[in-house]
Amino acid sequence: MRFTPHTEEDRREMLRQIGASSVEELFSDLPEAVRLDRPLHLPEGLSESEVAQLLADLAAQDLDMGRHVSFLGAGAYDRYIPSVVGEMLRRSEFYTAYTPYQPEISQGTLQAIFEFQSLIAALTDLDIAQASLYDGATAVAEAAMLAWGQTGRERIVVARSVDPQYRAVLRTYAHGRGLEVVELPLRDGRAAAEDVTAVAEGAACVIVQHPNFFGLLEDVDSMVKATHAAGALYIAVSDPISLAVLRPPGAYGADVAVGEGQALGIAPSFGGPFLGFMAARQEYLRRLPGRIVGETADKDGKKGYVLTFQTREQHIRREKATSNICTNQGLMALSATIYTTLLGPEGLRQAAALSIEGAHVLGDGLGRVAGADLAFSGPYAFEVAVRSRAKVADVEAAMLKAGMLGPLDLERFYPELPGYMLLSVTEKRTTEEIGRLLDVLQGVEA
Amino acid sequence: MKTIFEEHAPGRGTEYLPSRKVDLGAFLPAAEIRKELPLPELSEVQAVRHFTGLSRRNYGVDNGFYPLGSCTMKYNPKINEDTARLPGFAQVHPYQSEETVQGALRLMWELQQDLAEITGMDAVSLQPAAGAHGELTGILIVRAYHEAKGDAERTQVIVPDSAHGTNPATAAMAGFEVVHVPSDERGGVDVEALRQLASKKTAALMLTNPNTLGVFDERITEIAEIIHAAGGLLYYDGANLNAVLGHSRPGDMGFDIVHLNLHKTFSTPHGGGGPGAGPVGVKAHLKDFLPMPLVTNEQGHFHLSYDLPHSIGQMRSFYGNFGILVRAYTYIRALGGAGLREVSGDAVLNANYVLSLIKDHFDLPFDRIPKHEFVVAPPEDLVRQKGVKTLDIAKRLLDFDFHPPTVYFPLIVHEAMMIEPTETETKETLQGFAEILCRIIDEGRENPDYVKSAPHNTVVGRLDEARAVKQPKLLERLGG
Repeated sequence: MRFTPHTEEDRREMLRQIGASSVEELFSDLPEAVRLDRPLHLPEGLSESEVAQLLADLAAQDLDMGRHVSFLGAGAYDRYIPSVVGEMLRRSEFYTAYTPYQPEISQGTLQAIFEFQSLIAALTDLDIAQASLYDGATAVAEAAMLAWGQTGRERIVVARSVDPQYRAVLRTYAHGRGLEVVELPLRDGRAAAEDVTAVAEGAACVIVQHPNFFGLLEDVDSMVKATHAAGALYIAVSDPISLAVLRPPGAYGADVAVGEGQALGIAPSFGGPFLGFMAARQEYLRRLPGRIVGETADKDGKKGYVLTFQTREQHIRREKATSNICTNQGLMALSATIYTTLLGPEGLRQAAALSIEGAHVLGDGLGRVAGADLAFSGPYAFEVAVRSRAKVADVEAAMLKAGMLGPLDLERFYPELPGYMLLSVTEKRTTEEIGRLLDVLQGVEA
Repeated sequence: MKTIFEEHAPGRGTEYLPSRKVDLGAFLPAAEIRKELPLPELSEVQAVRHFTGLSRRNYGVDNGFYPLGSCTMKYNPKINEDTARLPGFAQVHPYQSEETVQGALRLMWELQQDLAEITGMDAVSLQPAAGAHGELTGILIVRAYHEAKGDAERTQVIVPDSAHGTNPATAAMAGFEVVHVPSDERGGVDVEALRQLASKKTAALMLTNPNTLGVFDERITEIAEIIHAAGGLLYYDGANLNAVLGHSRPGDMGFDIVHLNLHKTFSTPHGGGGPGAGPVGVKAHLKDFLPMPLVTNEQGHFHLSYDLPHSIGQMRSFYGNFGILVRAYTYIRALGGAGLREVSGDAVLNANYVLSLIKDHFDLPFDRIPKHEFVVAPPEDLVRQKGVKTLDIAKRLLDFDFHPPTVYFPLIVHEAMMIEPTETETKETLQGFAEILCRIIDEGRENPDYVKSAPHNTVVGRLDEARAVKQPKLLERLGG
């Protein structure tokens, strides 16, 4: 296929106008030594029908969550996405535009970001939100950098019950700035306020996920207290769906709230594109990374939106910018805005409530499974951490045979948890499917 | 247009999920349950009209010519959108076992190979989510490489004064001091100044080639020698790769590390500000420093390999913006090697063509053969005597339904306009754009106030950016 429109006649005329004899002549300033003197070793180009078939064949080699019942979650969720979301995202006025540098012809993107910021602030119950980050993991890392910039302190404290992907990325970013990362140990699958007190002195921030990676509710009040007593910022990590039913970060005293927005109408897509979000108290406005949209007016007083507080950003501040982020996840933020608008407060609550109920149908059902128990005590939601007598690999094989995807083997990220696994339930899972899963678990030999 | 908060009416929502009543109190402590959830409620029709309305207040490549320099706003093929949404790609969980995702892994492995061939590199990571994220990946690799050699003295990253803002911002994020090298009178790196700056402290030089002025740095091999002789690494910012596909490769120019912008060169859409993808390629001696995991191929079985002893770690969750990778792969397979080479030929042809049509009306800071883009400035008399500036010309272009070029960048050119037509535009479109640009210059001389008060035909006029900062309104809440 080609998407270049020129005929040979066009090229001749254009070259004549330029005063060159050939397209090659326009490359004559490339030194001989750096010219590629052979064709690229790539397959021949294909027609659209051939390329469509090639990709369909590749995709057919994967098992997908449409044809298999997924109990995988752990930061990426198989949730129902209303038809409107996909329909609107394919409006090419949105997806073929770029960063809204020219506000007069970008009011659509700008207003959508403004609405996204508003929804994130409402969900987290905080004062301000920015336009998006790459994903939940980089949002955690950027929040740590914000805290370092704010406090000048070089220690970052993170609970070990925070998503291991997020902690891994946090370590990478922290190494760049030369910061130390200290983990709070697991106490029955959770972080503990005593441990915060022990290490938070001199720390820039304490990062806690709630509900945590294992789906457990953390004792956020006592940890916020211990964090603030040490003069550190409290960074809350949360799944936006959970915020529909649980006390939000702003209400329990968090300074910054971040998280992964994939659950808001974005397909799992083998891990990306996802959506990082960040909200904060007003005083951290000038430390936020990335784009921020604000409302203003033109000379006739007509309302309009612009990119604002840009002196934080790389294209103005260069090496003194709060982050190097430029292109973010604009279209994914739009997706989240449309999804949240469609579901509304009742729909979001229902997505959360059905998921939590399903998780408990599974958790309670473990009572009749000989070789599997709940791994930890206390309230949980969305995720069910299970201790299995059978090998996790055998569980996975048995589930696959029964047309199911999962579980996540926790030992992969927590060597101290051999034989532990994570199963996730969203509103898409029926009681019947959960019953079948319990039957499969019952049937795996230890 | 009203916001979703202004369109709210309680009880209007549509049911998308089973309405079974759930008693949350049975599962969660009462004190933990949220009481207020101040989100808007709209009917489905309202929501559809709202977002359709927003889309109509936007301008994308599908609406018209979008010569935004340095951003490569080429046409985004629709087949890419279909392939990325195939259930075997879109409905796949990142924690599925390897044997259930062989198609996705094969695609990623092939894309790693293809991008390595296109850039002349030995290994590629697809993990970075955007260009700046690729830069951070690359500069963290620089850091890890020098650390592994016990070379702690290398604290400086050299960046040209014409560089994208992301370059110095990235170097700072990776813990380096930024040192600026000036441009010479031909728009390239001032090689003598570079010679003075290169030292035992040099960790790397970050360079775009062709650079942000759209010109190819002819002394690139000399530049590479200077940096390598000093013990530093050479980093290629791939923002402008669209100029040289199949003609020249960063690996052959002497670069050690490159990042690509798949949303620029490889036609994946820009999404109104992402998602993009910023894969990073390296020469063999840096492979072990790449972020984890890489996709490997063992006799036709594809694996996610975490066997990288010196890896900088992980740059984001999972494996990258996979949906974007599918689009780029689709594009590369559609075009093939010859098609990609033709892309760069026509991108350069189009830039030169537009320049030839407008050069008598504008000031040229560097009179050279540009590659895929070029930088001009409005004539000095227009700026000085009539007060008509680049911003005014950009705003006046909006009235003619063109997206303006990048303006006021690069910083080293006063009143810069950076024009990148891309290869997907017809001769007629380019002619039409050039005519309007020249007409605006003439208009500026005859009726400067009309140009200075543009745009006249857009849904809003020029917006008061100062007010947005002085009286910030960064969100709306239900009930005002």
